[in-house]
Amino acid sequence: MSETAAPLLIAEGLTKYYGRQLGCRDVSFSLHEGEVLAVVGESGSGKTTLLQLLSTQLAPNAGYVRYRLRDGVTRDLADLSEAERRFLFRTDWGYVHQDAALGLRMSVSAGANVGERLMAVGWRHYGRIRGTAVQWLDRVEIDTGRIDDPPITYSGGMRQRLQIARNLVTQPRLVFMDEPTGGLDVSVQARLLDLLRGLVTELGLAAVIVTHDLAVARLLSHRIMVMKGGEVIEHGLTDQVLDDPREPYSQLLVSSILPA
Amino acid sequence: MNASAYNFAYLDEQTKRMIRRAILKAIAIPGYQVPFASREMPMPYGWGTGGVQVTASILGPDDVLKVIDQGSDDTTNAVSIRKFFAKTAGVRTTTHTPEASIIQTRHRIPETPLTEDQVLVFQVPIPEPLRFLEPRETETRRMHALADYGLMHVKLYEDIARHGHIATTYAYPVKVDGRYVMDPSPTPKFDNPKMDDCAALQLFGAGREKRIYAIPPHTKVVSLDFEDHPFEPSRTPKTCGLCGADDTYLDEVVTDDKGGRLFVCSDSDYCEQRRGAEKTA
Repeated sequence: MSETAAPLLIAEGLTKYYGRQLGCRDVSFSLHEGEVLAVVGESGSGKTTLLQLLSTQLAPNAGYVRYRLRDGVTRDLADLSEAERRFLFRTDWGYVHQDAALGLRMSVSAGANVGERLMAVGWRHYGRIRGTAVQWLDRVEIDTGRIDDPPITYSGGMRQRLQIARNLVTQPRLVFMDEPTGGLDVSVQARLLDLLRGLVTELGLAAVIVTHDLAVARLLSHRIMVMKGGEVIEHGLTDQVLDDPREPYSQLLVSSILPA
Repeated sequence: MNASAYNFAYLDEQTKRMIRRAILKAIAIPGYQVPFASREMPMPYGWGTGGVQVTASILGPDDVLKVIDQGSDDTTNAVSIRKFFAKTAGVRTTTHTPEASIIQTRHRIPETPLTEDQVLVFQVPIPEPLRFLEPRETETRRMHALADYGLMHVKLYEDIARHGHIATTYAYPVKVDGRYVMDPSPTPKFDNPKMDDCAALQLFGAGREKRIYAIPPHTKVVSLDFEDHPFEPSRTPKTCGLCGADDTYLDEVVTDDKGGRLFVCSDSDYCEQRRGAEKTA
């Protein structure tokens, strides 16, 4: 069990400047398997930069990200070849975009959207690919009768659920989510959160969720990082940070939630 | 203008050398699209400017040239390109497949099996098989580099989901030598099996898109498919109305306005040879 005791993802001193503009500075944390970390903060606080650094879509100016691959070896992601990184991205990782159109192929059918990762890792049996797609659509509560419709005909909530199915079909161990409930109305948000919470527990997913919505953080995450001006100002257990915030900014953030 | 004012085969020698280098590179990496500095040709894009440049740079004075357009030797594109080289290079031309040393083709592979002594030059409109799935050239190049071809199967999946079978009938994607996925130009998929282990060298030129690629002789060419929906070369289940062949690719010819139609071999030379043989027999 010493293997599972090692963290899945380790970030150390991550720093990113866009020219002279600070993206984020000196972010360090580690994430274990099955653990959900929420990154909260206002717009421009460096949340999305951090997520892109973690998922190797951006290269940091300083610091590193290490990840424990499926073979148990922890490696610096900057040392992986592009082919290895791509493979990681379509097998062991998921990335849920705020705008589902970025994460989906809008003009091909839902079934092909879900099946794409399977085909990319070498599945060549149409019936089995389709069968798996049906299962996943069912799991994310999309009417399986709509498997051949392109997501352009789907509502916002359905697109987001389809995006989740597309990401989870290869049973990743780590999912990055950038404002997964952004732009959805409240009842759809609630349903999506419920679904996500169920899937995360059921599959033992580790996740990094970027959000400005503290309710999302409270529902889904075990731990919270509060970011401001590109730096992490508070980091702790979710209930601890939300119920007993230490930093003035965190207090402000928590007190900005409208009373129910 | 006097024909002697042209350099041999229209292009200047430096241009031909440049194109030959691209061709050699293409042969060295089967299925890989080699960029080249495509020239303006005295014909519009879409009329075979890529194929003509490839032919011009491999043509020698002793070559015998055949040009086909949709299988036929007698349609506009074939006639004009054949005349173009007859005028600018003075080479002998033919319509008879076994006599030709270079065959430039738009979308068909002759029915007569090709030999080691022949070169088949394809005119290609869109060389990138992933183009309609991924519009970014930077991204498609990266996908080729990393052999990241899952997307190609997404297209085939879509076909089956929509039509119940793989409905792509031309420009059917192939994997060359176990590595590069290639668009075999808009040849009907009936011709795909002929590309596999073909004795002749196959060259592909795309003038507007400035790409050359190649299949060296006796290279493995596999049409992509699913295990439970295997590749099937398709043809109209009829016989040729002129020569009676039941194993060739057929064109449909409307003969009147009362629904009359005739199916004939698309390969006009092959059809004529068969009819000639019948007469003498």
